[in-house]
Amino acid sequence: MDFISILSIFVMACFVGYYVVWSVTPALHTPLMAVTNAISSVIIVGALIASAAGGSPTAKWLGLIAVALASVNIFGGFAVTARMLAMYKKKER
Amino acid sequence: MEHAAPPAWVMLAYLISGVFFILALRGLSSPATSQRGNRFGMAGMLIAVVTTLITHEVASLPEILAAIAIGGGIGWVTARKIAMTDMPQLVAAFHSLVGMAAVLVAAAAFLNPEAFGINGADGLINPVSRVEMGLGIAIGAITFSGSVIAFLKLAGKMSGAPIMLPMRHLINLGTLAAILGLIGYFTVDQSPWIFWTITALAFVIGFLLIIPIGGADMPVVVSMLNSYSGWAAAAMGFTLHNTAMIITGALVGSSGAILSYIMCKAMNRSFISVIAGGFGAEAAATGGPAKEQRPWKRGSAEDAAYMMQQAESVIIVPGYGMAVAQAQHILREMADVLKKQGVSVKYAIHPVAGRMPGHMNVLLAEAQVPYDEVFELEDINSEFAQTDVAFIIGANDVVNPAAKTDKTSPIYGMPVFDVDKAKTVFFIKRSMGGVGYAGVDNDVFYMDQTMMLLADAKKMCEDIVKALQH
Repeated sequence: MDFISILSIFVMACFVGYYVVWSVTPALHTPLMAVTNAISSVIIVGALIASAAGGSPTAKWLGLIAVALASVNIFGGFAVTARMLAMYKKKER
Repeated sequence: MEHAAPPAWVMLAYLISGVFFILALRGLSSPATSQRGNRFGMAGMLIAVVTTLITHEVASLPEILAAIAIGGGIGWVTARKIAMTDMPQLVAAFHSLVGMAAVLVAAAAFLNPEAFGINGADGLINPVSRVEMGLGIAIGAITFSGSVIAFLKLAGKMSGAPIMLPMRHLINLGTLAAILGLIGYFTVDQSPWIFWTITALAFVIGFLLIIPIGGADMPVVVSMLNSYSGWAAAAMGFTLHNTAMIITGALVGSSGAILSYIMCKAMNRSFISVIAGGFGAEAAATGGPAKEQRPWKRGSAEDAAYMMQQAESVIIVPGYGMAVAQAQHILREMADVLKKQGVSVKYAIHPVAGRMPGHMNVLLAEAQVPYDEVFELEDINSEFAQTDVAFIIGANDVVNPAAKTDKTSPIYGMPVFDVDKAKTVFFIKRSMGGVGYAGVDNDVFYMDQTMMLLADAKKMCEDIVKALQH
């Protein structure tokens, strides 16, 4: 992909993000932060590429550490979000 | 070596992963759809990870799996154990990890550019990729060191008081300019020293930016760092030409930016003044205007119980003091008893009621308060005029009418609850001496219809519940 197509995706995604986030109910702003935390760890993709590749042992180890850090976030972020969301209950009728 | 374009299905897989992340956030528009949203998020992450693993020659699968297991285990256990009151520092800690991961990935890309397919025909890294990497590592490093300071302040391991260096604005602007200048120079010269200097300066600036910011402004800081962690992921997405990372980065970046905006608005502070820092210090130094002795009325648990039983409607205004006193469960019991006796009970939440956006809602949800009894400021504020009892527990500044009338007040302009319009006000407070974050006196204490309930919030609620059951 050339730079311009990537930039287009990015700009469009910023607009999508703007509207989607404004539609999030304020009651769920803490879970929103927890889940954005988890999904921003998609950076693990880069970490996996670095740790999978041969060539530079240093790069591989940096990648592996990054994989571990991102995994803390992915598992921790989704789990804590799920835990919070499970607490939100409607009135019993 | 020019990087060959990946097969179409791979690009599609990353796109689907990105769309799933959008759906994850979309689900949060209502508590009813939120859990499904979260599962979309997990599915998106799984797709991204599996796609990456099967499209790259993985020479070290056992090590990778071990890294995922170790990290995932730590994350999982932490998420299970963490107390809901500690959520702000957990989120700050998680932000720091995203920042560090971005730094490590950018560093790995710099050391092994071939693996990332970012080398040009001349064997050097593409100039565009160099800018992206430079930005990625700089934003990642700022996110890391800033979040570490935010974590230490929120966890009480470091004083919440702002630390002011002399000439800090000059130092900060100079450092930022140096980082941007070096990223520019990096496009013509890819010497390692430039890359590592950018990294080191960014770590320092993240630290310098957050130490002057006071404890009261931490909700804004946590939101802002949330935004940064997104931009760091986006910058790395540009380097890797990965749509999942770019979409996610844009989502998270906007999310954090919007939350910072909402928090600033709720405190009537400009974003610039928060970032410039120093709020907590001024408040501590002045301690509010000289206090005159004004008459006020003291109420008892029995008074409160009686008045609320007679009332048709009660609005509870909780603040962080309630959580500090661990009074949320007994408060919900009190509400349950009142509801059984036919009283309408609602909760009114100010955006800055907790220590991060939406924090109070989580604390109430944990205490099994149904979410359809909890209302936001703008949705409930008009109801106080028709309400019999406003019950204020652990809040202070958010009900201070000076924000509406007194131009000299430090909280002037901040949106507040119109509790002064309620027929009767009960105000739980430890003593008459203490004041809120902003350090200003509150006219609500001295109104004719106000009764001060001077006690620990939890103890007072317990006594009210006992009195109600008589």
